[in-house]
Formats: sequence, C-alpha cells, structure tokens
Amino acid sequence: MPSPVLSADTDLAAAFADLRRRTGGYPAWLGGLRERAFARFQELGFPTSADESWKHTNVAPIARIPWEPVPSDPDAARPLPVSVRRGDAAGVQLGFSNGRWSRALSSAPADFAGIDVLPIADVLRDHPEWLEPHFGRHAAWEKNPFTAWNTALAEDGAFIRVSRGAASGPIHLLFLSEGTGAPTVAHPRNLILLESGAQATVVETYVGEGTTLTNAVTEISVGDGAFLDHAKIQRESPDAFHVQSIAVTSQRSSQFTSSSASFGGSIARTDIGVLFAGEGGDCTLNGLFVGEGSALLDTHTTVDHATPHCTSRQVYKGILDGRSRGVFHGTVLVRKDAQKTDAIQSNKNLLLSRDALVHSTPALEIFADDVKCKHGSTIGQLDAAALFYLRSRGIGEQEARALLTWAFASDVVARFKPQIVREEVERALSTRLPGRPR
Amino acid sequence: MTEHSSSPLLQIENLHASVGGNEILRGVNLTVDAGTVHAVMGPNGSGKSTLAHVLAGRPGYEVTAGRVLYKGRDLLAMAPEIRAREGVFLAFQYPVEVPGVSNVYFLKNALNAVRRHRGLPELDAMDLLALTKEKAKLVQIDEELVRRPVNEGFSGGEKKRNEIFQMAVLDPTLAILDETDSGLDIDALRIVASGVNALRTPQRSMIVVTHYQRLLNYIVPDYLHVLVDGQIVRSGGKDLALELEERGYAWLEKEPAPPAPVGAGA
Ligand SMILES: Nc1ncnc2c1ncn2[C@@H]1O[C@H](COP(=O)(O)OP(=O)(O)OP(=O)(O)O)[C@@H](O)[C@H]1O
Ligand SMILES: [Mg+2]
Repeated sequence: MPSPVLSADTDLAAAFADLRRRTGGYPAWLGGLRERAFARFQELGFPTSADESWKHTNVAPIARIPWEPVPSDPDAARPLPVSVRRGDAAGVQLGFSNGRWSRALSSAPADFAGIDVLPIADVLRDHPEWLEPHFGRHAAWEKNPFTAWNTALAEDGAFIRVSRGAASGPIHLLFLSEGTGAPTVAHPRNLILLESGAQATVVETYVGEGTTLTNAVTEISVGDGAFLDHAKIQRESPDAFHVQSIAVTSQRSSQFTSSSASFGGSIARTDIGVLFAGEGGDCTLNGLFVGEGSALLDTHTTVDHATPHCTSRQVYKGILDGRSRGVFHGTVLVRKDAQKTDAIQSNKNLLLSRDALVHSTPALEIFADDVKCKHGSTIGQLDAAALFYLRSRGIGEQEARALLTWAFASDVVARFKPQIVREEVERALSTRLPGRPR
Repeated sequence: MTEHSSSPLLQIENLHASVGGNEILRGVNLTVDAGTVHAVMGPNGSGKSTLAHVLAGRPGYEVTAGRVLYKGRDLLAMAPEIRAREGVFLAFQYPVEVPGVSNVYFLKNALNAVRRHRGLPELDAMDLLALTKEKAKLVQIDEELVRRPVNEGFSGGEKKRNEIFQMAVLDPTLAILDETDSGLDIDALRIVASGVNALRTPQRSMIVVTHYQRLLNYIVPDYLHVLVDGQIVRSGGKDLALELEERGYAWLEKEPAPPAPVGAGA
C-alpha cells in the first residue's frame, strides 16, 4: 500500500487527492469546505517569522520533514504507555493512535443518557448533518495554515455531544503518536458540543514516541448556561512536533475552564481562542508549560469579549530549563459593545538556566469604556534568598531548587480541574524535578 | 584552672570577610564553648549580620582571611545545608517568605534531611505533627501559622517566633539568633525569650545578636562582645550591656587593638 507523503511543496496535492478518492462520499458542504481549506493552506503556506503570531516560533523544521500519515489499524493491540488512563466507572476513554480511533486504547462503549462520545470518523460517515453547524465554524482555518491543513485532511478524532441539561462524567481523549521509523503525522479533529444547561469534563492527553507531528484542532461550543471543564496534557517525545488550535464559542451565561499543561517536544504550540458570543459568559484559562533540553513551548491565547458582562481569568506559568524556549502571547480583545467586561491575565515565568529564554507578550485591545482589565507578566529566576533560607535549614541545594520550582508551579496546578489532571500534572512535574523532596 | 580535654564548639580566628567587594569583617576572633550563650552587640552596620551569614554559609560572602573551626572541623568548607545538618542554625534578622511551601512541609523536609545526616530514622507525618504541636506550644505560635506558607503574610513578630519554632524543631547545637527581639513587643519578647531559655542545654551554644539590653534580662548571656567596624572591640560579662545602654558605643570605637578572644573555661 503506497502511503501518501506530505511535505511542504511536493506531495500535499497528492495527499489531498488521495483523501478525496477514499472519502468521496462526503456531502457537498464538507467536500467544499475541505477544498477551500486546502486551497487556503496552499495559499498561506507554513508560517514564517514574518508572521506576527509565529514570530518566535520557527516551524521550518516541520515544513522540512516529509510527514507520512499512518494507515488505520483500529485493532492493533499495543501496550499502553505508562500512566495512561483507561475509562473507569466514572468516565469513558476514546483513544487514538496516530490520529485514528483505536479499540485497544479505548474503553468499552458506555451508554450515557443524552451523551454521545464517538469517533468523529463514524459521525462523518453516518451523520455528517450533526457536524454541519459546527465543523470548521469555530476554528479559524482561514487564518491559521495548520488549522486549514487539518480541516482539509482530518479524518478522525472525537465527537462529543452532551444534550440539553445532561451531565457527563470525565471523558478522556487519548492521542498516542508513534513514529514508526518514518516521521508520522496525525490530524486529530475534535468537536465538543454542549447544548444548553449541559455539563461536561473533557480531558485531552497527548503522548507519544519518536518523530511525530500532531496537528490537532478542537472545536468547542458551550451552549447557554452550559459548563465545560476542558483539560489538555501534552507530553510527547522530545522529537515530537505538536500544534493544536482549540476554538471555543461560549454562549450566554456559560462557563468554560481550561487547564493546560505542556511538557514539551521539539515544538509544542497551543492556540486557544475563546469567543464570548453571548452575555454573562465566564471563562478561566489556566496553563503551565515546562521546557527542558531544546524544547520550544508556545501558548497563544485569545479571549474575544464580543458581548457585555463577560468575565475572563487567565493564569499561565512557564518553567524553562536547559536551552528551552517559552512563548506566551495573550490577547484580550474587548469590543465596542462589550461593556462591563472583567478580564485579568497573568503570565509568570521562571528561568532555571542561563540559556533558557521566554517571550511573554500580553496584548490588551480595548474598545469599550466601562471595563475592568488587568494584565501582568514577569520573568525571573529562583529567589536566591529563599534558596539560601531553605539550605540554611538543611535542605540540599538540588532539593531546595526543586521545592521552590514546585512551589512556583503549584498555585496554577492547584487550579487545574478535574483532580485527575492535577494529579497527573503533579506526577509529570515530579519526574522533571528529580530532587524534589517528599 | 584545669585544662579542658574537649576543644571549643566554635573557634573564629582572625576572620575577614567581604560583601560586594567591601571588607565588612576585619579580623573577628571569638571562641564559643559548648553550652555557653554569647551576646553580640554593636552599632548598625558594624557587621553582626555579616558574621551570622558567614557562619551559616550564605553565598556572596567572601572570606578573605582567617578560619572557623566548628567541632574542630573547617566550617567554611561546608555547604550551608551541611552546616545545618551538623547543627548550625541561623535565626534570620529578616526571615524569608517562601510562597507556595507550607511551614510543615518545609520543616518535614528540613528535619528529615538533618535526621538522615545524623543517622536517625526519618519522621513520618504523624510523628512530625506531634513534634510540631509540642514545639509550637513552646513559642506559643498559632498552629494555623504552621500550616501556612513559610512566613508569607506573617507579621514581623510572627516571623521571629517562627524562627525560634524552627529552631526548636531542628534541635541545633549552635544557634545564632540575629536580632530575634527586634520588632517584638514586650509580651512577645518574653514568650520568645522563655522559648529560647527552654532550649538552653549544657550541649547547646548560642550567639545572640541584639541591640537591646532588655533581651539580655531574659536571655542572660555568659559573655558579651561588642562588634564595631568588623572587629570585636570589647568582651565582658553581661554587665557590659548596662554600660553600653548608658554610654553607647562611641567610647569603645576609640579603643585600640581588639582584645584577646574569650573562652569559657578561663
Ligand atoms: N549584600 C551586600 N552588599 C554590599 N554591602 C552589604 C551587603 N550586605 C551588607 N552590606 C554592608 O555591610 C555592612 C554590615 O552590614 P550588617 O548587616 O552585617 O550589619 P549589622 O551589624 O547586622 O547591622 P544592623 O544592626 O543594622 O542589623 C553594612 O555597611 C552593609 O551596608
Ligand atoms: Mg544585622
């Protein structure tokens, strides 16, 4: 079986043609969307440093590698990487291997009243009409070439729908990327729909080995008065490339929280955009990125206060060691009519080595006059006085450094929801801080 | 006088130290025997805290001459944490806030590091709880403070109390108290001083830095030294404090060479 090869200039068109051939049954709206997205991707090309939002993140290494999608094999039984959750009594897990649904990584189908958790490939095949009002309508594929690429080629991912007034236990989405010798690419595409008054917890976990590119898009619609706790844990291999756009549309009086932890890869970039489309919405974005080696960890947030009386809170913390790079860019846009907006954004960074670096850019764009907006950004090192204080009590230097680093992270980690995410992030952080005392 | 078979706990000989290129200690000599309490007084900026920090091993304090023997070993060659594990404790003039680290957690790690070093079994959470309860009573520190992040948002007095609380838990051999009385009202002073006195044992030595004679009414020192301009210019008994209270330091600053070190068995 020849597998399509993707690289920037050569075979993208072939890949797209192949997809078209294999999936000719798509309805016209979807076929048309894919054509437009693909054309847009070709037009935009991979971003360069001239592009403001990619100024500090050079994706040339991604463009250079001939990425190959991996043929689907839903039944391949593979050992689970350590500490990867399976669905339990309180939750359900959908697992994806190199972007395709995997039986081995998924829990047995569970029957929740009013809740659908399905591979989106099934929905594309059987019920594309469920997708039409949302697919490609939340994520800005016209602007972001990676999103366009995903929109053109995505074949699988998770579809979650929580119907009016229903409440779900935690839904775990596991994305396992494995380089199978050749560099592999996956384009997971998730759609999370909460109808009015619905409540859900969704956890996306990205793990993997080898040289892989995960180009994910998650579109989220939080209906009137609905509550969504969304979490993302990214801990792929040091050779991995990861790009994800999370696009959220928040309706009247809804609540959205995001807990996001990124532990690296060669490049790991997350764009999270929240649009307040209805009044009285509330969004909380909490994030931690922890870089070592030569990792580049990039978080871009955009909160679009398009309607009045919405509240947004953002706390992002970065810990950079080795020669790693951190990028935080947070835009808070308050449109003309968005009176009574209440927005706070904070980004604090800790540099653990001389060679680590972080670019932190808070950007407030305010066009309304009756608003409360604050932002703050700091970059610092471990407090030498505190370090000495700890050592003067008998705590070893490495332990003291680990303890202070842990303390730096802890106030944002403590905000993470649900608890299982908090615990997993603490575990991952512990392995990064070897001397941390118990 | 009979010869003492054991060497002194601490011997500071001709200690010179600089901070940021400025020589602050200019030949300090001091001998501290086991179980003795030494008060150190002196004008602002005379080098009292510098001496304390050099003994505790604070980075950035460069020793340019002299030596310090602790239990007969080269103290200055030890990392700060090793000094602490060997029983040196500094109660800071300005205790440091450590946000995000609770007092209990901090103490558990410190105490177990010390205990491992001394070949003692580590304490678990239950043992630690019992120990901290007991010691908290000694300095009358609110148990609520024990659970809070280290010194964060503590009042000046609470921070000082917390230092003595830590000292009680860590059970040092040589405690250096740097102006533990500053910022304490008379009631708090009495409580802290009685906590310190409760920790006086025939094995434990203390160096008590203070500006005020009133502290020495509660913690009665065996010896008193006056540090002026980086040198000990006068040593004596506790009554010297009264004289200083009356006359200030100026009359001493004119004194010539520093006196010989004072030891206990003399
Ligand atoms: N980090 C530093 N860099 C430069 N100079 C310093 C530093 N720390 C202390 N000094 C200087 O060293 C001298 C002695 O300071 P030190 O704190 O030891 O005095 P002190 O006797 O404890 O005074 P006080 O009674 O006010 O506490 C002062 O002149 C002070 O300005
Ligand atoms: Mg001082």
